[in-house]
Amino acid sequence: MARSMIDRIADSLRAQSEALALRAKRQQVIAGNIANADTPGYKAVDFDFGRALGEALRGAGNGSSRLNLLQTPSTQPSADGNTVDMDAERAKFADNALRYEAALRALNAQIRTLLDAIRG
Amino acid sequence: MSLSRVFDIAGSAVAAQSRRLNTVASNLANAESAAAPGAQPYRARHAVFEAVPGKDGAAGVRVARVAEDASEPRRHYDPRHPLADAQGYVTLSNVNVVDEMIDMVSAARAYQNNLEVMNTAKSLMLKTLNLGN
Repeated sequence: MARSMIDRIADSLRAQSEALALRAKRQQVIAGNIANADTPGYKAVDFDFGRALGEALRGAGNGSSRLNLLQTPSTQPSADGNTVDMDAERAKFADNALRYEAALRALNAQIRTLLDAIRG
Repeated sequence: MSLSRVFDIAGSAVAAQSRRLNTVASNLANAESAAAPGAQPYRARHAVFEAVPGKDGAAGVRVARVAEDASEPRRHYDPRHPLADAQGYVTLSNVNVVDEMIDMVSAARAYQNNLEVMNTAKSLMLKTLNLGN
């Protein structure tokens, strides 16, 4: 059976929306690192965005795939065992926010294109 | 939605840091508090942080407990002080003012950092709300 038009429209938006969801997840993970900058023994974590996006696109696309969180190697370990490098986390947070916005704009552009096509 | 969890995480950190700032204020206020001979002087308090892991790996933070500093109280020779003991020593709190000032700056910086995280999340969310417009 031919796939419905709506399905195809949803499919065309999937890559950007998965990217957006993963950017939001990463924003959350980095916020957790920044929040725990003074917690003794806390280990900073992050995930490989490219790999996670690949897995999400290959998977069922229900967004429930488990994220593979890795401990960030520590450059300057502190005496209390905390491995959060505040400068690096701040930089990652800003970078990720920018990329979130980029994904958002790309998604927006796609929606506009579709709307233009619908309106004619 | 993941972005609203950022508010929970950064919010938990802001709350924990402000509690830490409260203990610093209490310690600095009592830095010169003296105790009568035989009585217990004020002991410095320190907030002990603990990560609160969420279901998807990102962790918030909370104050697990407020621990009392076990170090010896300061003893200061001042025979004219009304609380001086028989040898002329006054027992003061064990607050280390330099440590407290460092703690204060560190807490204030961490507070600012987390506020910035919230601001960024807020602007991203507002932009997301405009999706399709």
